[in-house]
Amino acid sequence: MKNSSSTVAWTKFAVLFACLLLFVFPFLLLLVNSFKENKAITSSPLSLPESFSMTNYSDAFGKMDYVSAFTNSIIVTVLSVLLISLLAAMTAHYFVRHQTKFNQYTFFLMVAAMIIPFQAIMIPLVKIYGSIGFLDSKWALIYMYIGFGSPLAVFIYHGFVKSIPAELEEAALIDGCTRTQTFFRIVFPVLMPTTVTIAILNVLWIWNDFLLPSLVLIAPDERTLPLSTFYFFGTYTVDYGPLMAGLMLTILPVLIVYLFAQKYIIQGVMQGSIK
Amino acid sequence: MITEKGLWNRLRLRLLFTGPTLFAFLAVMIVPFLYGIYLTFTNWDGISTASSLVGFQNYVSVFQDTVFWQSFLLTLKYVFITVVLINVVAFLLAYALTSGLKGQSLFRAGFFIPNLVGGIVLGFVWQFIFSNVFVYLGKEMSIPLFSASWLADPDKAFWAMIIVTVWQYAGYMMVIYVAGLMNVPKDILEAASIDGASLPTKMRKMVLPLMVPSFIVCIFLSLQRGFMVYDLNISLTKGGPFKSTEMVSMHVYEKAFLSRDYGVGQAEAFVLFLLVAIITIAQVYFSKKMEVEA
Repeated sequence: MKNSSSTVAWTKFAVLFACLLLFVFPFLLLLVNSFKENKAITSSPLSLPESFSMTNYSDAFGKMDYVSAFTNSIIVTVLSVLLISLLAAMTAHYFVRHQTKFNQYTFFLMVAAMIIPFQAIMIPLVKIYGSIGFLDSKWALIYMYIGFGSPLAVFIYHGFVKSIPAELEEAALIDGCTRTQTFFRIVFPVLMPTTVTIAILNVLWIWNDFLLPSLVLIAPDERTLPLSTFYFFGTYTVDYGPLMAGLMLTILPVLIVYLFAQKYIIQGVMQGSIK
Repeated sequence: MITEKGLWNRLRLRLLFTGPTLFAFLAVMIVPFLYGIYLTFTNWDGISTASSLVGFQNYVSVFQDTVFWQSFLLTLKYVFITVVLINVVAFLLAYALTSGLKGQSLFRAGFFIPNLVGGIVLGFVWQFIFSNVFVYLGKEMSIPLFSASWLADPDKAFWAMIIVTVWQYAGYMMVIYVAGLMNVPKDILEAASIDGASLPTKMRKMVLPLMVPSFIVCIFLSLQRGFMVYDLNISLTKGGPFKSTEMVSMHVYEKAFLSRDYGVGQAEAFVLFLLVAIITIAQVYFSKKMEVEA
């Protein structure tokens, strides 16, 4: 009996392991080929590199304008995520504590708006902000991310603010805190686990987003990482070595973060889905 | 709750707490959305400042645009197949990875990896695999299926899109299913086992009904992502060969920004919105009815 159940467990393990290999093999293939010369990549894509040369990487690094693109991506992602979390928490808190008809309808409008696909907004968005000259800068992009990201964030915060007892805030008010102080010293710290969830969902979205930045950012030195990868790939289609290295360079930062924050990211996705 | 005194104080508090969010939300989502509806009745070409109202002419053009309806049908087919496959694969993985296997959290983390990377990069990686690695394998081991690049054949290019999409999202939905499965109470499953329920019976009568909330979320997410697919489309197949894999989102983009037919493009985007709204609302509405309490 014991023997057969351990055989079952082993087969299961083996099957899952094979599946996992299937899932990660594109990345392994990319890694292996990023060290090879163009000729070796096309003639034998599965072989290991003969020597670990970094020329592909230095080539891609320069042609992608990696430092600039990476910095832009960091600025856009960090600022957008911080602002979305803070502003959405304030709004959700206000909505929960002031349950007027107006606030309820506004909240409902935000939830309903989540169903609008981006494609239904992109054309007028570009027209409106193009006509007032508010395109082609990171700041415009960050501002738009706040607009697109706030409905989901307000929605998730709304559920959690409800679970904070109002007495907690009243006590602080009686002790002489202003409303703003109460929010920053009591409510926002209590909401920290939710903030982590929202931050993770938004980082995954904004760091990798392509369509919105491709419409908003025009100047090459404003490009984010997905944009510079895209233009790099479009310009050097046959130069496989540097292209592989370029893709690796785009994936690597996220993988490194994932290595350390893996537990929180998985938990964040779990929490974000239970509404 | 204690209320603030004075109209000015109340207004200031409201502006501080809800002003920035609501301004950005209204100015980025609602105003463009409404303005977009207006745009569908004009013939704006993207350059001139003047445009005139043309009534329902753009909608007539939408109905006559056979390429649009082709990409529309293709998208429906793509969404249907990917939603089914993503959720089946994700559920099976989640089920296998909640059974107390050694190293199951490492497995979960591994299956999630494709979701860390954007569709653009994933599309390029797979473009290399389909047009180089598979062709190389096909030649070396003489597998006729891989003898030519999948991306050069309309049907196979469509299936390439499906494979990559399932590969990309299965890990994400798996995480959500894992969360759902962990919430299925162990005691009632044990009670059922003692009463002699077999595994398929437990699955059908207990696990699946209790998992309905997870299914709602996952199907909703995969529906939405499927209809909006753009990144993967442009980086993996570029809509080719010969526009045979051009999904509706890419078609709208090209209509508006490349053919400069903004009115028709926006009308098509609006038709897309209506369809997505109807399908997702219906999906949530009907599946909510299937929810049960443990």
